[in-house]
Amino acid sequence: MRISVQEDSFELGAESDAFAAGIENAGAVVTFTGVVRDADQGGLQAMEIEHYPGMTEKALTAIAEEAVKRWSLADALVIHRHGRLAPGERIMMVATAARHRKDAFEAAEYLMDYLKSRAPFWKKEILAGGSADWVAAKDADEDALKRW
Amino acid sequence: MDVLYFAWVRERIGLPRERVETNAATVADLVEELRGREDRYAAAFADLSALRVALDQELSDFDSPLDGVREVAFFPPMTGG
Repeated sequence: MRISVQEDSFELGAESDAFAAGIENAGAVVTFTGVVRDADQGGLQAMEIEHYPGMTEKALTAIAEEAVKRWSLADALVIHRHGRLAPGERIMMVATAARHRKDAFEAAEYLMDYLKSRAPFWKKEILAGGSADWVAAKDADEDALKRW
Repeated sequence: MDVLYFAWVRERIGLPRERVETNAATVADLVEELRGREDRYAAAFADLSALRVALDQELSDFDSPLDGVREVAFFPPMTGG
């Protein structure tokens, strides 16, 4: 299991290859990548991601450990960036490896649902005019936890 | 104890962390003390339903006791992913 909270970007291919190379006895590897989206179509200049050093790593580790246990994963990976990101840049990725794809997919969704609402990150959108807005948490994100 | 603020709570109060000497028994008591300090604290803590709290880096509740706690953090609901 690897958890990385980092300012630098990451190579999707290299991370996926390295993750898959270390796996034994798993027939399914799922990866998910989150990208900075320009919701206002042209209005977004940057996304600033703040986090709580120390708690972030602890929370992500606890979430990933729970996923490994529940879906008997062969391995799990979480990379999440912080700092200032431009539209189109990768924000984060998760990878899961399991014997069968259903477990790998479900575990990846679980990781995503939990790290959206239970890992201490906060997003701020910097708009073209210079104004800035903190992204509000959505009720739907909180509701998504109930299915687990 | 150390009190930390993140995101708009940090912006509203105007600092990321501070050392607070307090005898507050619970998080809610600490919030009451902070609210009484200055308008910027009162503004940040106006609506507790918009805030979350962590005690020693674990998510917690406003009625939790502060006994033995070294680090309290206040922040809005998280928006990772």
